[in-house]
Amino acid sequence: MNDESNIQVKKVWKILETVMDPEVPVLSITDLGIVRNVKIDASNKINITITPTYTGCPAMDVINMNIRMCMLENGYKDFEIKTVLSPAWTTDWMSEAGKQKLKAYGIAPPNPKQIVCTTDVFQEEEAIQCPHCNSYNTQLISRFGSTACKALYKCNDCFETFDYFKCH
Amino acid sequence: MNDALISYILHLADNTLILAQQNSAWCAHGPILEQDIAITNISLDLLGQARNFYQYAAQIINSAKAPSPLKRAGGEVTEDTLAYLRDTRDFKNCLLVEQANGDWGKTILRQFLFSNYQYLLYEKLQHSNDEQIAAIAAKALKEVIYHLRWSSEWVIRLGDGTEESHQRMQNAIDELCMYVDELFTKADYETALLKENISVDVSLLKNAWYKKTGEIFSEATLKIPENVFQQTGGKQGIHTERLGYILAEMQFMQRAYPNSVW
Repeated sequence: MNDESNIQVKKVWKILETVMDPEVPVLSITDLGIVRNVKIDASNKINITITPTYTGCPAMDVINMNIRMCMLENGYKDFEIKTVLSPAWTTDWMSEAGKQKLKAYGIAPPNPKQIVCTTDVFQEEEAIQCPHCNSYNTQLISRFGSTACKALYKCNDCFETFDYFKCH
Repeated sequence: MNDALISYILHLADNTLILAQQNSAWCAHGPILEQDIAITNISLDLLGQARNFYQYAAQIINSAKAPSPLKRAGGEVTEDTLAYLRDTRDFKNCLLVEQANGDWGKTILRQFLFSNYQYLLYEKLQHSNDEQIAAIAAKALKEVIYHLRWSSEWVIRLGDGTEESHQRMQNAIDELCMYVDELFTKADYETALLKENISVDVSLLKNAWYKKTGEIFSEATLKIPENVFQQTGGKQGIHTERLGYILAEMQFMQRAYPNSVW
């Protein structure tokens, strides 16, 4: 890759940093780790590769459209957005900055160490920190929350309910 | 090879679409809010899988030069054509997923029986020689683990719950157990794709499935009835009456107002 296309790629990444997730509007799609690759091919066409967080994530169509709009607004015409499934998205790809922003927004970020998700029933739940009062004295209400990527928790100290961005 | 591959992908897609459609009927009718949200989330995951499989099948059908009955009126096939414009005989889903929702216990049990199967299937399918099938399976497997854990726990809670919840779960088992063997009976298209390591030999999943089911049922104080006459045919397009009603509702808009969008 020559210097010029290197600069172009960096510019596109900067633009993608401004595209927000429609469900969690404080997070950009780069914070989430949805953008997997930006490449410029021989004919100067920009190829953007994205991956869904969850298979049925209804936000993917909106994200696709928002990327398109943002690229067009910035004067790019010759680009293509491709969706890939492999390797499968994981919460490990979420940036540190993204996790901080999530917490400030009131959603508990995924635990830094991926707890292995197994099929065993009634497992001991991982300790999730309440994003409001920082207490670990919390309890799972439902493994399925308001969107596919979240679980619902309750804090036993400040009594607030909160979403947890579950490990994946 | 192509015909078998298309049939196989449609079989995988139909299983997930029909179960997603059925589960979604619980939306706003769940016994409590959190579980209403859980079953509809599971529905959404399954629908996502179905979309991926249909999109892939459509891509293969469109790239084949040979005319296909699925290419209606000379147009391109899309995921929507495959979901909305095929008839009961074209659907290749297992009979289990088209069985009526019944009460909450029966819906939970159907989900458990299917998730247990799907988990074992995708575990193998993620190593398929077909890259796209492998990618869809690997991605979906993470979600299926949540489905299996959730449904297992509810089978235990309800089975080992009150006298009434126990009885309802046992009734659900009696109604659904005749559709279990089909999951492990190979269709011709599955057999055809085995040599190239594209499909999974489902007959080999049976022991692991019964082991897990046995463990959960024993904790739930439930019994699997023995010597039950087993129904098959769904994978070849021979369905129970119920599928017609499901499709009638699901496909109504596209049948009544062709090509309508929203």
